[in-house]
Amino acid sequence: MKSKVTKIISTCVPMPDENIDTDQIIPARFLKSTTREGFGKNLFRDWRYDAANKPIKDFILNDPKYKGQILVAGRNFGCGSSREHAAWALVDYGFKAVISSFFADIFKSNALNNSLLPIQISEDELQQIFQFIKKDPKVEFVIDLQGQRLSAMRYPLSTKFEINAYKKMTIMNGYDDIEYLRSMQKKTEEFESNRKNDYSIDY
Amino acid sequence: MKNPKTLFDKIWDAHVVTQEKNYPAVLYIDVHLIHEVTSPQAFTGLKKRKIPVFRTNRTWATADHNVPTKNQHLPIKELLSRKQVEALVKNCKDFSIDLYGLGHPWQGIVHIIGPELGITKPGMTIVCGDSHTSTHGAFGALAFGIGTSEVEQVLATQTILQYKPKTMKIEVNGKLKKGVVAKDIILYIISKLTASGGTGYFVEYVGSTIRDLSIEARMTICNMSIEMGARGGMIAPDEKTFKYMKGRQFMIKGKEWGKAVAYWKTLPSDEGAKYDRIEIFNALDIEPMITYGTNPGMGVKIKSQIPKLKFQKNNSEKKQLRKSLEYMGLKEGQKMIGQHVDYVFFGSCTNSRIEDFRLAAKILKGRKKAKHIEAFLVPGSTQVLRQAKKEGLDKIFKEAGFELRGAGCSACLGMNEDKIPAGKYCVSTSNRNFEGRQGPGARTMLASPLTAAATAITGVVTDPRNFC
Repeated sequence: MKSKVTKIISTCVPMPDENIDTDQIIPARFLKSTTREGFGKNLFRDWRYDAANKPIKDFILNDPKYKGQILVAGRNFGCGSSREHAAWALVDYGFKAVISSFFADIFKSNALNNSLLPIQISEDELQQIFQFIKKDPKVEFVIDLQGQRLSAMRYPLSTKFEINAYKKMTIMNGYDDIEYLRSMQKKTEEFESNRKNDYSIDY
Repeated sequence: MKNPKTLFDKIWDAHVVTQEKNYPAVLYIDVHLIHEVTSPQAFTGLKKRKIPVFRTNRTWATADHNVPTKNQHLPIKELLSRKQVEALVKNCKDFSIDLYGLGHPWQGIVHIIGPELGITKPGMTIVCGDSHTSTHGAFGALAFGIGTSEVEQVLATQTILQYKPKTMKIEVNGKLKKGVVAKDIILYIISKLTASGGTGYFVEYVGSTIRDLSIEARMTICNMSIEMGARGGMIAPDEKTFKYMKGRQFMIKGKEWGKAVAYWKTLPSDEGAKYDRIEIFNALDIEPMITYGTNPGMGVKIKSQIPKLKFQKNNSEKKQLRKSLEYMGLKEGQKMIGQHVDYVFFGSCTNSRIEDFRLAAKILKGRKKAKHIEAFLVPGSTQVLRQAKKEGLDKIFKEAGFELRGAGCSACLGMNEDKIPAGKYCVSTSNRNFEGRQGPGARTMLASPLTAAATAITGVVTDPRNFC
């Protein structure tokens, strides 16, 4: 059983850049581990540290003003490579949700498979959130998975977000996809034996 | 025709094992390709659950991302790379999976060896923990990249949970101009539709230009579908496809071949089939392309200038352009032709097949690279390397001052020691120009093998039409 997620209340880390690709989230040279853990230290590695491994001062993760379990990012977050390591790195670092106006497909499903919530809202709402955080880095946001609602504390924002019903159910209950698929094994075997026109492998 | 269907719908519908209400479809996977980077955690998952790989005969493995391209017979020097490749060897042994790893005569980039060995066929579902799995779509297969949790799903059950994506038809018509090749077509399309324009869609490429392309050129097109955000790209199989596939190692043989071809001929989209979106391009509008920015959508015709900040649609595009140009050390409005280059890289699952090398050789024959240029060619597979030598291309490359290496992903993503140094400019036949993609601080300009060859000779960004 995975851990269950229902509600997140946290301040946010703003990253307004658009098209943040998975090579930025976790550069390829850090994909050599054979476990799922430990990627957080290299999250946004080349934006976070210079060539001498010194923290780059003006990068947002190095700014003590901004902290939290929610990353707010510009549109088309997570484009590029299918590496699930990007989702693992965000989770390992401590993020539980990413808010953006648009997510790349594979990243979105990788995030959901790790109970990292990809919260998609409109571009206007996203820009509003950036403004709130700019004004007040301590502003807290509430992500209510059950009600599919994102709202700001003390600021005028409350919006519904979409999340696929199946994933919502599995994340809220800590269910596992593989157990579900294995429960379908008989159907899979029936599918295999009833199949016509299977030229995929040469028997 | 009643209920006309697209190529995509036909394959999707034939692979849905079951779909419960409010649940994603359980989709059957015909072939699962694995490599060393995105599989170890999935195998660990199986071990924890104490379950086997459900269908080992549908699972194929190779080592590509981490492998050195020099001295491949020696142990891998870099400890973590070596450990990851060793983990793949052990996992394949423990779970009885065929591995074409280092030292095997069929080793190579996963998306090169699938088609080369005849593992890839029309009408199939193919997945791999790698976004460029879309390459296999060139055969009329439904192929897409997945994450490691999904790799574990497929290893454990040969099925995957999927929601049906929307479909987009991209039509390209007309005869290509001189010096324009498949890479230019796809870079042009992405520059028009942007790096996120295809998100949520599965693309089918149609039109006379696509039909006229060779199978290897079609692979280049499908390969880069993900660079506009599309989950995959596909092209209907035709006589060219069948001819290309026939007789390959794992291809259907004997009297089954005829039956298979008859079935594959039923796959192309029916007349009147509906797509969620249609985009149409004219081949005459396409010229040799090159990228100037830090995503594959930031490309221009090679004779053009880098866009100006004031012409950007909105503030965020302006910001992105400014940031990209700062990283690239380039200026708005600057001409691309004549831009200084330090490295030229031929390779990657986009452009490392024999036809790509023949294109390069056409320009390089009897010529020499510019003195300051570091140039290397990394074939997509050991078989491509052997073929290149058989055709004498190795001599042409050597005389031109190029180094022909062993097969692997190499400097496309710099997981092995093949990296472009910080601040250096590389014209690359690969697929991504993201910040740091070819090494921290590396500055990548994506282009076709023809443009890369022409550039290697002059040492600055060069229009390939000057040489062909």
